[in-house]
Amino acid sequence: MAESYRRSHWGHGLFVLPYLTVFAALLVFPLFWSVWLSLHKVDLFGSGRFVGLTNYARVLADPVFLQALRNTVVFVALSVPTLVALGLFCALALNRTTRATSFLRGLFFSSSVLSVATVTLIWRFVFIPGDGLIPMIFGQLGLQPINFLSTAGWSLLSIGVATVWWCLGLPMMLFLAALQQIPADLYEAAALDNASRWRMLTRITLPSIARTVMLVTIIQIVMQFQLFGQAQLMTNGGPSGTSRPLVMYIYEVGFVRWDVGKGAAASELLFLIILCAAMVQYIVSNRKAEG
Amino acid sequence: MSASIEIANVTKRYGTLSVLDDISLSIKPGEFVVFLGPSGCGKSTLLRMIAGLEDVTQGTIAVGDQRIDTLPPGKRGVAMVFQSYALYPHMTVAQNMSFGLENIKVPKKEIVRRVRFAAETLEIAHLLDRKPQKLSGGQRQRVAIGRAIVKEPKAFLFDEPLSNLDAALRGRTRLELAQLHTRLGSTMIFVTHDQVEAMTLADRIVVMHNRKIEQIGTPIAIYRRPATRFVAGFVGSPAMNFIPVRNISQNGNGASIDTAGLGTLDAAFRLPAAFSSEGATLGIRAEDISVLPAGQPGIPLIVEVVERLGDRTLVYGRLSDGTRLTAEADGRSEASASDRLEIALDTSAIHLFGADGVAHHADGG
Repeated sequence: MAESYRRSHWGHGLFVLPYLTVFAALLVFPLFWSVWLSLHKVDLFGSGRFVGLTNYARVLADPVFLQALRNTVVFVALSVPTLVALGLFCALALNRTTRATSFLRGLFFSSSVLSVATVTLIWRFVFIPGDGLIPMIFGQLGLQPINFLSTAGWSLLSIGVATVWWCLGLPMMLFLAALQQIPADLYEAAALDNASRWRMLTRITLPSIARTVMLVTIIQIVMQFQLFGQAQLMTNGGPSGTSRPLVMYIYEVGFVRWDVGKGAAASELLFLIILCAAMVQYIVSNRKAEG
Repeated sequence: MSASIEIANVTKRYGTLSVLDDISLSIKPGEFVVFLGPSGCGKSTLLRMIAGLEDVTQGTIAVGDQRIDTLPPGKRGVAMVFQSYALYPHMTVAQNMSFGLENIKVPKKEIVRRVRFAAETLEIAHLLDRKPQKLSGGQRQRVAIGRAIVKEPKAFLFDEPLSNLDAALRGRTRLELAQLHTRLGSTMIFVTHDQVEAMTLADRIVVMHNRKIEQIGTPIAIYRRPATRFVAGFVGSPAMNFIPVRNISQNGNGASIDTAGLGTLDAAFRLPAAFSSEGATLGIRAEDISVLPAGQPGIPLIVEVVERLGDRTLVYGRLSDGTRLTAEADGRSEASASDRLEIALDTSAIHLFGADGVAHHADGG
């Protein structure tokens, strides 16, 4: 038995081969290819000569890249905490089994299944000057309407609002799953211990779901750094690039201007930024948990 | 500090499903009372109602002079030890024990004093900085008890706290709980389905069955003079033997009980006039049935299974009419399956149960 188990050991690998093939072809190979591209001068007419780190130097010296980087960091800094906090709030509010909460869970999650085109269309209807929902509300209140999608500062915020609405379902569901893992008798013990609702939240609930908070935060950091569709469709990066995110910059450089080497360098930088941000979050959370 | 507990006409219903029906019970200050009953009899629900974790549908509960069934759990002055211990996993032992005191703003010095006292009492002072996942089952159990002690409650509530421990540890912890009760002198209510725990710990046992209290009494009274057939069958291991009665004729101070398997037995019963032999059952414990030496005439028993427990031997067999019976023989008994033994009954230890399940005892009770 043990001998046959050892002999068939390598054969077991065949079970993961289909996945590994797809993973290698669509993720590992493009990653290394992109690194290769970023070190070469590549354009529409094919691969060119090796240029070392020149593409990286060009990207870092490009004020448009720096503006896109700043926009993206601001967007992540605004949207990720909002998604985590709002997701947690919704999960806490809906963490009970009644018909109403089941309906609301479904309702809040339903936005996640929409495509980016649908989401942006809905939010254009909300923000569009004149007939949009918000301008109408402003009008009703007698306030001066703001052109949210074409005013510097407001445009990025508007994309953030649409993104939070679109992406809220997943954090909420992950938090709900974590909350339902907390044994009910901990709350009963806390009730007998005279703990207020706030103390229960801060001393029992949050420490119990700390790992999920970290997971959701890292997932959202990774996802929101890759903002593209909403910005492309709602503001096209405007006005004056104030809502252009990094992925849009990469798209414009690589696929509009066909400076593929520079685009690849920018995408490698984005990859490094996401990796660092996720690592920092992971290390900080772990330290807090240990402390 | 210990207080009396007064449960008056308490009923618990979930919608149309009744879980407890008109329960009344008085517990004296400092008394150790055990709620004993099979799963689903409502004993844990009753305990949780005292703790405030379940609402009372009807009736009142008072601790000392204060009615508590309308108060939130933390304001009732009771502390509970859960079956799963319910320790806060991310807090150290010391934090687990002090959490409740911090919530009611007890001064820091006093918290430290009480935690130290409880930790020393339970011999867990060296564990105060550890988190629950680094503790063994027995240690967790002590921490859970410590968390209750620091509150200096008017009453302790234990919800099957020994059921997660292995047999050896359970025996030791049982002993320690009895010592703790003696030392603290607190009112304690202990829920269990384990009759050994009930018999060894309780000042009084409350036997519960089917939403109601079947009997309240000292362990010996419950064992020797069970009030109903359910109590007689539930308490005691092996379970009491039950033999169907064919007829009973009363004569003077006694009664002549006719059964198929045991023949006719004369015992000192004073049965009520209304007692009917219709549906009646005779009950006798294995220890009150003796195996006679070979050659001595008695009631024949064909042995099916023999359990040797060292100090005694349990003989499971069938009477001549096929009724099952368990008898207790000497630890050195050589009985084996298919043997035919002769047995004798101690008729003063016989119980009679009417069709309604109510018990009557051979000594005239």
